[in-house]
Amino acid sequence: MQQPLTHSFDHLPAGTGVGYKPQHFQAIMDNPAPVEWLEVHAENYMGQGGRPLAQLRALAERFAFSVHGVGLSIGSESGLDHDHLDRLKILCDWLKPAQFSEHLAWSTHDSHFLNDLLPLPYTNETLTRVADHVNQVQNHVGRRMLLENPSSYLAFAESTWEEFDFMAEISKRTGCGLLLDVNNVFVSATNLNYDPRAYIDAFPLDKVGEIHLGGHDEDEDSDGAPLLIDSHGREVVDPVWALYDYTIAKTGPLPTLIEWDTDVPDWPVLADEARRADAILNRKSQAAAE
Amino acid sequence: MNDTVTQPQFTQAILSPTMDVPAGLRDAKGDPAGKRFSVYRNNVAVSLTEALITAFPVVVKLLGEDNFRILAGQFLRAHPPTSPLMMHYGDALPDFLQTFEPTQQYGYLPDVARLELAIRESYHAADTDPISPEALQALPPEALMAAKLELAPSVRLISSQWPLFQLWQFNMTGGPKPEMRAEDVLITRPAFDPQPVALPCCGGLFVQALLSGRTFGEALSAASTHNPEFDLSQSLAALLAGNAISRITEG
Repeated sequence: MQQPLTHSFDHLPAGTGVGYKPQHFQAIMDNPAPVEWLEVHAENYMGQGGRPLAQLRALAERFAFSVHGVGLSIGSESGLDHDHLDRLKILCDWLKPAQFSEHLAWSTHDSHFLNDLLPLPYTNETLTRVADHVNQVQNHVGRRMLLENPSSYLAFAESTWEEFDFMAEISKRTGCGLLLDVNNVFVSATNLNYDPRAYIDAFPLDKVGEIHLGGHDEDEDSDGAPLLIDSHGREVVDPVWALYDYTIAKTGPLPTLIEWDTDVPDWPVLADEARRADAILNRKSQAAAE
Repeated sequence: MNDTVTQPQFTQAILSPTMDVPAGLRDAKGDPAGKRFSVYRNNVAVSLTEALITAFPVVVKLLGEDNFRILAGQFLRAHPPTSPLMMHYGDALPDFLQTFEPTQQYGYLPDVARLELAIRESYHAADTDPISPEALQALPPEALMAAKLELAPSVRLISSQWPLFQLWQFNMTGGPKPEMRAEDVLITRPAFDPQPVALPCCGGLFVQALLSGRTFGEALSAASTHNPEFDLSQSLAALLAGNAISRITEG
């Protein structure tokens, strides 16, 4: 097993973080500003050793970490993968991240892992299942988790709950926190034709422990209606910055992550995105102090 | 009509591009979701194809990226990942290349894919401290023959009837044009980057014997029985240079 780490970051600072990419290792070690914390996809660090874990070990001495799972399939009809729960526990016990989060989605059926965050209908049945799985995760990994709102491209005719109520109820039943992806809210609101600010207004903001911001692609459906795709491959767009500003005005400063997972840019471009989030966070903290 | 969409239905519709979109899925107006479902089909196909392209750079180069993408499209539907650890995805590719009609004529492709899988496994393998060459030199001959050398978890061995190392080197680092011969390829991880190297004749038998827990003497005779001229020093040097020996257990 990996050598134990000695750091003690028990919470994420209410500043900006980025999704960590190995090509940025040296830039981050040299001059991370304005980035204060890092997030990693859990599944990329479930090997036994080598460079990935050595880099994490070096970074974890200096930065608070968020472990963000993308493969647990918490909405799975066929139950949770216990081997995967074990792997999450091993990673969290070693890295001791300040926070651990996963998605309101599913990705595995019958041992077929589809490598995408697939949507769930919001029904009493799925609510019971997801809440049960969140409890299993929290018990097994031994820590409170955050659950992230998805980006939606379509809706289920069978849904009987609004997404924000569904998530509030899961949080209430399990005690889990929530991760609010503001870009996902904007993408889903555009695709399903509702008001993103009304979604933020209705969301249980007091349960939010982290915010995600990322870029999306623009397409249209067969009727010519706008269809935004959550691609994490470019800058955050202005309307999403505005929605973030709107959100932070209501919540006060929260740990905020810039996600950029495909066509990953050089460090200065990512640092600029973080700087933009930081400016909004700082303005709100100053306003709060006055 | 039943609006319930089960995950088996959803999965099947994702993996079968021509299948009807499940009826209970809707667009913003409450109409059938239609093309919107393609977002998921595309996400799955593109993300798995990209994962394979990253994992098998030499196979991609040998086939050409356009051809590889076509192959990947068929592979990912026949063999979707069975684990959320994408670092393991593609372990079924060597056998698929062997049976996939358009690539059957390239007999060396499965071994190239095996080598690339082995390199990736080595990259993620557990860390161990290597022994020093002096520790090995310090053993008297009889003690050395009776000793077992434990190899690092990052060590892999691929024995091929093809010039596998030359093929890899030619495509990755612009080495000389491969000449036909069988090759045993040893993969070690001196630090963080796995390093393939071709072993001299019967070096594969020597390393294989060490990997299966035989003594140094048994490993040596496994190789020299097949090749009386077996050059131990080269194989041993390759292991030491690769920081591949993690423990000596005296017999």
